[in-house]
Amino acid sequence: MANIPEDLHYSKDHEWVRVDGNIAVVGITDYAQDSLGDVVYVELPKAGEKFAANESFGSVESVKAVSEVFSPVSGEIAEVNDSLTDEPEKMNTDPYGDGWMIRVKMSAPGEVDSLLTAAEYEDFTKGDTE
Amino acid sequence: MKSEITKVTSHINPNEALIFERSQPGRIGYRLPPLDVDEQVLETLIPKAFLRDDDLEGVPEVSEVDIIRHFVRMSTWNYSIDQGMYPLGSCTMKYNSRLNEKVARIPGFAGLHPLTDAEDAQGALEVIYELQQHLAEITGLPGISLQPAAGAHGEMTGVMIIRAFIDARDGEAGSAKRRTMLIPDSAHGTNPASAHLSGFSVKTIRSTSEGLTDLDHLRELCSHGEVAGLMLTNPNTLGLFEKNIQEICRIVHDAGGLVYMDGANMNALVGVARPGDMGVDVIHLNLHKTFSTPHGGGGPGCGPCCCTRELEPFLPVPRIVLNRVESAGSTAASTGTRHPAPDTQHPRLRLDFNQPQSIGRVKAFFGNYGMMLRALAYIQTHGNDGLREATEAAVLNARYIAHGLTSDYDKPYNNPPMHEVVFTDKRQTRKGVHTLDIAKRLIDYGFHPMTIYFPLIVQGAMLIEPTESVGRQELDQFIEAMCSIAREAVDDPELVLSAPHTTRIGRLDEAAAARKPVLRWKPKARADAA
Repeated sequence: MANIPEDLHYSKDHEWVRVDGNIAVVGITDYAQDSLGDVVYVELPKAGEKFAANESFGSVESVKAVSEVFSPVSGEIAEVNDSLTDEPEKMNTDPYGDGWMIRVKMSAPGEVDSLLTAAEYEDFTKGDTE
Repeated sequence: MKSEITKVTSHINPNEALIFERSQPGRIGYRLPPLDVDEQVLETLIPKAFLRDDDLEGVPEVSEVDIIRHFVRMSTWNYSIDQGMYPLGSCTMKYNSRLNEKVARIPGFAGLHPLTDAEDAQGALEVIYELQQHLAEITGLPGISLQPAAGAHGEMTGVMIIRAFIDARDGEAGSAKRRTMLIPDSAHGTNPASAHLSGFSVKTIRSTSEGLTDLDHLRELCSHGEVAGLMLTNPNTLGLFEKNIQEICRIVHDAGGLVYMDGANMNALVGVARPGDMGVDVIHLNLHKTFSTPHGGGGPGCGPCCCTRELEPFLPVPRIVLNRVESAGSTAASTGTRHPAPDTQHPRLRLDFNQPQSIGRVKAFFGNYGMMLRALAYIQTHGNDGLREATEAAVLNARYIAHGLTSDYDKPYNNPPMHEVVFTDKRQTRKGVHTLDIAKRLIDYGFHPMTIYFPLIVQGAMLIEPTESVGRQELDQFIEAMCSIAREAVDDPELVLSAPHTTRIGRLDEAAAARKPVLRWKPKARADAA
């Protein structure tokens, strides 16, 4: 079964959020990387760009398809994981670690509370496969 | 189970070298006669700056027989529609009749220079005009341009026409507020691409659990008042007919938007139902899908754009139109004679460039003319009844497969499919077998794989479109192959996971190919010598 760490927040678009002060680290879940298959290319925003919650901030291309990724929170991009350009496979091998995508300086930290908990996300993915 | 499939015998040279690797210094495929003029020093004829000094490095030196054998050997690696069923969903890989090819090779057409004056090319223009008339009747949309060279090209032409129409209707300020294009989540990826390129932003419409456009979501998105249009495929990419199409068109029209229909799936409608009657404003067709012109290998294709009278002024130029003299009713054409004697004093057709609202030219000359000849041959050899029968057979064949595979594969939508049907790998994933593995294993059974992992809204999708070109015997073979693979997935999953086994090259590492592509061959021998 997919790995769903307890300490993270989750979106229905299969992104995870790790809160670090007013910074949100964002990536895609283990379930998402498994559904996508081998990731071959990642398109990321630039530091300083601003996104609203649920807005597309980039795309992930796998051998199966190109999928947009959506920012679970509103804010400004503080840092992007440039190493994914050369090593997109990190998103498959370590989705919650080296495979992180962006660090967002949150403009509305309260938004995190409306995201799913690990238990809720697990239920959600079960519904997704029914 | 394994023994049922016999491995192919080894080819004379299973590791075909590149043509560059076959190069041998001094080898040529020609011998020129002695010059009958005095030989000149090249530098006296061409300025030195324009002469190559690399001795044509990398250009292969080979004989005629080297080239012939190289390419013929490689052609035997290919799989084509002439070998068997090619059930690539949403692609309509139907058989391309030899008669179409014969017609396209008629010297009077094949040899005609594209810059020939219209008065001297009346026969060629007549082909375009007549094909336009047929397509207008088939789609119920009277304004047509045959210029676009492919489906996505026709699609973008259609979206540019919508943009031009709204600019003209609403004025600059009004038009600037209408920049939203609505596209269902099941759409072809080219739809949002065309919308973006034409300056629209895209909003995605949800599909219902039935696999159809969600009307409530459509109404909600339309209520924002910024909608320029809707891009809809019908039947949609799940192979389902959007039965609410008239209501969908009404909602978009009431919101001031236009409806563009992606005609990729017209093979389910030709001769039975017309997009124009459904309320669609503009559509593209794929002659290389629905109308049996060659498909694959990159074309050339032909993606006619068909629209309402209201949108006609925005079509690309030149339009091919009846001469005014004639439309007044003085010559043979108006009395119904299809092939009047050439009258160069009063040509029947002319090129009309005087369309001030036109989006302009979208392709050099008249588009891919050879495709128009083939499509006209297809339409005329079928006739009205034949076109309808082809559509009915295409739908019947897809339903036959839908019925035949339901016991072994998960079918996510219950509605009866039109010309294509979608299944998933849900039952097979329990044993670790996925859609990609099933597709690869299908090659071992002698079939081209179906479309996989599309539409995106269906996890592990397998989209199967048999077309009308296959008979019941081959449909049964396909169903048996798929059911056999389903059994293998349970009894011997490794056999499926490591497929294909009968091809000259086994499973390719697609991820490595995409992550670390080798895009250029470099001459090894010379590198060694250096």
